[in-house]
Amino acid sequence: MPATKRKTKAEDSAVKPAQLLKFYREMLLIRRFEEKAGQMYGMGLIGGFCHLYIGQEAVVVGMQAALTPQDAVVTSYRDHGHMLACGMDPKGVMAELTGRRGGYSKGKGGSMHMFSREKNFFGGHGIVGAQVPIGTGIAFGYRYRAEDNVCLTYFGDGAVNQGQVYESFNMAQLWKLPAVYIIENNRYGMGTSIERASSTIDFYHRGAAHGIPGAAVDGMDVLAVQEAGLRAVGHARAGKGPYILEMQTYRYRGHSMSDPAKYRSKEEVEKMRTQHDPIEQLGKLLVERKAADEAALKKIDREVKDIITAAAAFAQESPEPDPSELYTDVLLSA
Amino acid sequence: MRNAAGEITYAQALYEATVQEMERDAGVFVYGLGVDDPIGMYGTTLDLHKKFGADRNFDTPLSEDAMTGIGIGAALAGLRPIHVHQRMDFLMLCMNQLVNIAAKASYMYAGQVQVPMVVRGIIGRSWGQGAQHSQSLHAFFMHVPGLKVVAPVTPHDAKGCMIAAIRDNNPVVFMEHRMLYNNRGFVPPEAYEVPFGKARVLAEGDDLTLVAISHMVVEAIRARAHLAEVGIGVEVIDPVSLAPLDMDTIARSVEKTGRLLVVDNDWTNCGASAEIIAETVERFQGKRAVRVARLGYAPVPCPTTKPLENLYYQNGRTIALKAYDMVKGGVGHWEPHGEDAKEIAEFKGPF
Repeated sequence: MPATKRKTKAEDSAVKPAQLLKFYREMLLIRRFEEKAGQMYGMGLIGGFCHLYIGQEAVVVGMQAALTPQDAVVTSYRDHGHMLACGMDPKGVMAELTGRRGGYSKGKGGSMHMFSREKNFFGGHGIVGAQVPIGTGIAFGYRYRAEDNVCLTYFGDGAVNQGQVYESFNMAQLWKLPAVYIIENNRYGMGTSIERASSTIDFYHRGAAHGIPGAAVDGMDVLAVQEAGLRAVGHARAGKGPYILEMQTYRYRGHSMSDPAKYRSKEEVEKMRTQHDPIEQLGKLLVERKAADEAALKKIDREVKDIITAAAAFAQESPEPDPSELYTDVLLSA
Repeated sequence: MRNAAGEITYAQALYEATVQEMERDAGVFVYGLGVDDPIGMYGTTLDLHKKFGADRNFDTPLSEDAMTGIGIGAALAGLRPIHVHQRMDFLMLCMNQLVNIAAKASYMYAGQVQVPMVVRGIIGRSWGQGAQHSQSLHAFFMHVPGLKVVAPVTPHDAKGCMIAAIRDNNPVVFMEHRMLYNNRGFVPPEAYEVPFGKARVLAEGDDLTLVAISHMVVEAIRARAHLAEVGIGVEVIDPVSLAPLDMDTIARSVEKTGRLLVVDNDWTNCGASAEIIAETVERFQGKRAVRVARLGYAPVPCPTTKPLENLYYQNGRTIALKAYDMVKGGVGHWEPHGEDAKEIAEFKGPF
C-alpha cells in the first residue's frame, strides 16, 4: 500500500468552537506546565532529566482527541505533554519531577518514568525506541482478548533508526495489531539533525516495506493532527492493522535542560515560534471565527495558570519519600 | 506419559505444568521460534496450539529483541506470556528489554505495574554446540534487581518451578539444560508450586558442602559416589533458584562441614559461584575458618570438537578430585575411576 502525504489546514475544518476551545486550553496547559517545570528546574527544585515538550503540544492534544478513554498511550522520555493530554493530574506529574511522595511514582521514576492505569498511560520510557515493542505488545494484548482498543506508540525521529522499531512493524502488520505509531519528527535527535542521522527523512514511508500505510501531518496544526489521528485510529480499530503518522513538529527548547541547542540557528527557532506556533495559530483561528475574543483567551490563560500554580505548590509541599521506599517495589508478591 | 512408578521426563514435566496453567488461566500463552512445530520444543510445547488454539501457542519471526518487548507489553496489559528460546545464547538479543524494562517497571512506576512473564532459556551441550549455542549466562540475570532466575534440575522441580514462575508477578528467567530433558523422576500429577528461594539438600554428608548449579548437580551426585569410596562424606545442595538465592541453607551446611565447593554450569569469574563463595566468606569471616573453591567452564569460549569440549566442562571425576584435595589438604594421590556420563556421550539430538 503506497504511503500518502496529506496535509489539512485548520481553516478548512468544521470542528465545533467548543472543541477548538478545549484544544486551546489543553495545549496551553502543557505549555504553561512545561514553562513552570523549566523555571523550577532553574531554581534547583527539579534536578536530573527534564525534557520539555514546548512547541509540540498540538501532536498529543490532537491525537488524544482521536481516542476513546479505553485506548492506551505509551511514549519515550519527553512525556509530560502526553501525560497531561491523557488527563493525568498536573500535581502528580509535577511532584514526580520534584521527587516527592505525591508524585505518580513516589519520586522513584522521575521525569521519564510515570504510569497511570486509570488513564491507560503505559509510561514514559528512557531507552530510545524500546517503548515501540511495548506498545506493540499492548496492542497484541487487546487483540488477544478481543477488546476493541487501540494503542498509540509515540517515538521520535531519532528512535526511528532503532532496529526494534522494524521488528515491531513486521509483527504488527503480520498479526494486524491495533497499533498506531506516531513519529514525532522535531528534526533533531538530541543535537543530531535528521539529515545527518537518516538515509531518508520521509519517515512516514518507514513502514512501506511491511505494507503499513503512513501519512505526513503538519504537527503544528492540532486540527490536522486530529483528522489524521481519526483516520489512523479508525484503520487500526477496524482490524486493518497498524498505521504510521509522521508528525512534523518542532521543539523550541533544547533536548534536555542541559542542552543549549547550539546546533541550530536562532532564526530557525524564531521562525517556528512566530509563524507556526500551535497555540497562537489556534488562538487566531478562534478569534477569526468569533469563537472567542482576546478577553476569553486571557481568561483561559488565567485558569490554566492557576492549575499550574497549584501543581507547583503541591510539588513543593508534598513530603519527600520515606527512606524505606528505596527498597520497596523491586519484586512484587506473587 | 507416566510409568508405573509415576515417573515422567523433565520435558514432560514442563509440558504438564504449562498445560495445567493454560487450563487454569486464559491469559497464559506460549510463543517463540518453533514452539508450534511438530517437535514442539522437545515436547514441552507439543501441540499446545491444537489444544488451546493458535493464539495461545505461536511461532514468531526472528526478532528476539522486539518479541521480548511485545511480551512485556502484553504482560503490562494483563496477560501472562511464556517466551521460549531454544538456546539461552539468544537472550543476549533481549537484554535491553529484560534488564531495562521488565526488571525495572514495577520499581520505576512505584508498584503500579507488574510484568508477569516467563522467559525460558534452554542451555545446549554436546555434539558441537559450540561457542554460541552452549552458554548459560544466568550470572548476567542474577546481577539485576527485579529479575528472578531459576534453574531446576529434577522433573519434580521443573514442573513446580514452571507453575510458580507462571503465577509469579515478576519476570522470571527459567533455565533448562538440554541434558536434563530425558531424565525421569516422580512428578505428582496435580498442579503444585516449588517456591523460589529455597535450596534442596539432595544428599547429606559431613566433610564437604558441594553446591552445584543446573546440570552440574548430576555431576555432583556422581562425584559424591566417587568420594564415598574413599570415605569422604559430601553434602550436595541444589539451589534450585539462583535469584532469590537461599544462602541460609548453604551456610548451615558449611557450618557443619567447614568446606564449600561450588560447581557452576558457567564460567567462574563474576559468576554465580563467585557470588556464593563471597557471601559465604562474608558470613563466616572472623567466626570460623572455611575452605572454599569453585569450578566451572574452562575460561574460554566453548569449542566444538569432542576432545576439547570434554575438557571444557567439569565432570564427576574432576569435581571429586577437587573435593578430595580440599578435604585431604593436597596430601596423598587419588584417581577416581569410572566412565564418562553416558547421557552426554550418547546424546544424538534433537538439538
